[in-house]
Amino acid sequence: MTHDFSNLRVDFPVLDQHVGGRPLVYLDNAATTQKPRSVIDALARYYERDNSNVHRGLHALSMRATDGYEAARVRMAKFINAADSAEVIFTRGTTESVNLVAESWGMANLKPGDVVLCTEMEHHSNLVPWQVITQRTGAILKFVPVLGDDAEGGLDMDALELLLTPEVKLFAFTHISNTLGTLNPVKELCAKARAVGAITVVDAAQSIGHEIVDVQDMDCDFLAFSGHKMAGPTGIGVLYGRRALLDAMPPWQSGGGMISIVEYTGSKWKPSPERFEAGTPNVADAIGLHAAMDYLDAVGRPAIAAHDYDLAQIAREALGKLPGIRILGPRAGEPRSGLVSFAFADVHAHDVVTFADQDGVALRGGHHCNQPLMKKLGLPSTTRASFYLYNTAADVDALVISLSKILRFFRAD
Amino acid sequence: MKLILHMSDLTDLYQAVILDHNKRPRNRGKLPTATRVASGDNPTCGDNCTVYICMEGERIGKMGFEGSGCAISQASTSLMTTQLVGKTLEEAEGIFEEFKETVTTGKEPDEFSEVAAFAGVHAFPARIKCATLGWHAALEALKQPDQPVES
Repeated sequence: MTHDFSNLRVDFPVLDQHVGGRPLVYLDNAATTQKPRSVIDALARYYERDNSNVHRGLHALSMRATDGYEAARVRMAKFINAADSAEVIFTRGTTESVNLVAESWGMANLKPGDVVLCTEMEHHSNLVPWQVITQRTGAILKFVPVLGDDAEGGLDMDALELLLTPEVKLFAFTHISNTLGTLNPVKELCAKARAVGAITVVDAAQSIGHEIVDVQDMDCDFLAFSGHKMAGPTGIGVLYGRRALLDAMPPWQSGGGMISIVEYTGSKWKPSPERFEAGTPNVADAIGLHAAMDYLDAVGRPAIAAHDYDLAQIAREALGKLPGIRILGPRAGEPRSGLVSFAFADVHAHDVVTFADQDGVALRGGHHCNQPLMKKLGLPSTTRASFYLYNTAADVDALVISLSKILRFFRAD
Repeated sequence: MKLILHMSDLTDLYQAVILDHNKRPRNRGKLPTATRVASGDNPTCGDNCTVYICMEGERIGKMGFEGSGCAISQASTSLMTTQLVGKTLEEAEGIFEEFKETVTTGKEPDEFSEVAAFAGVHAFPARIKCATLGWHAALEALKQPDQPVES
């Protein structure tokens, strides 16, 4: 590790507070990450000095706002190694990005009998849009199974071979499972899909803030993620799309900003990215996201991944010693992202979360927007601890101490 | 026994009465003779609850419940079954109103009952829906006409 992770907490103003009389231990990073001072300052600076509507404006503020917004797009193209900044579309987040592909590409290309392939570990955001679009087009939705009683085996790659037939037109899958912490072999999955002529949609919501995501190396067709899970603001996200695909896609929302010529009887569309960004865009949050990218790259994404994933391994090992715990996802020592989900047969996740909160430890309990997978695993809910660059091994200790107390309380007679 | 409640204290939320009902739920299980059944769930929590009622005339003869959920929802449903047997629909609605007031305001019932144990819930607004899950199912069941239930 090249960077000192012991005191990054001081960069995040929200972490400077006590909950339950103890310093906040924020372990709900898979839901949303906290924002460094530099992101908060970038937002305030924009509203204090530059706020204006973008494009077509000829005055000083409008030019500054436009420059800031488009600079964020160029920065993002570099961040994910897109070949062309026109391949970066700003959206509200992962959900809107996936909906854009489903509505625009899906409605234009899917026919009855076509297959859309998903996996059993998808977040609802990369599942429900495909249910809706297959129902509307008559296409069939199929799933790559997840292996193991605790989903420890990851995706069933043998089943994938059988499922990837020429009828598969689109394969949508997550890079990292938000419930299991499983790291999927994105490059391999994209290559296999390409071999049968299917396009790929990668949900990078859980990876983008932690590790290097390189769309050209992955060789994916679409990639979706949210800014708020990478130390950036809420309300901004990205859809990366391969240029050739975007150029052939119709708009999914229409109005100002996305047209080149409008007559009363019809209009012509601008090329990407404007074609897919109707209306006034989210300028401020794009500029905030720019600051987040700068922050993450100053720390270094390979170092962040090593730090976050190490903490999850430490947590998995320590939690594994608690009596009666069931831990989901990869086995101890196997590759795992920065989160651990677990359940106790005798103490419900919501009781765990309420108790831990009193110790200042913020966790998440529930189905993690993954209801079908939880049902398959026979669990009503799990508790999830997810780590980020400002967490330390001391936070893992606080988690384990709090959980031990909870178990003693509920198991005492 | 007089319960002294310090509302912000977590151990009050999970005080002895609740823990006891959670560990040793009363009337847990499907009621084969039930004539009225209703279910409720909290999709955000994954909690679910099915309440079985066997009517004797206008009054509740027997109650049973199944489901899974947090300690609050399980204990509150268990406690409910001990409170509502022998009551009419109107009486049950009155008891539920009082219970709702207890869990939303922390005000203890006028007459002492184990319901007082749930006063601590009011300090945790996110958990109020846990405490009322089984009650909503029971009242929905009560409003149905009697019908034979498939075994």
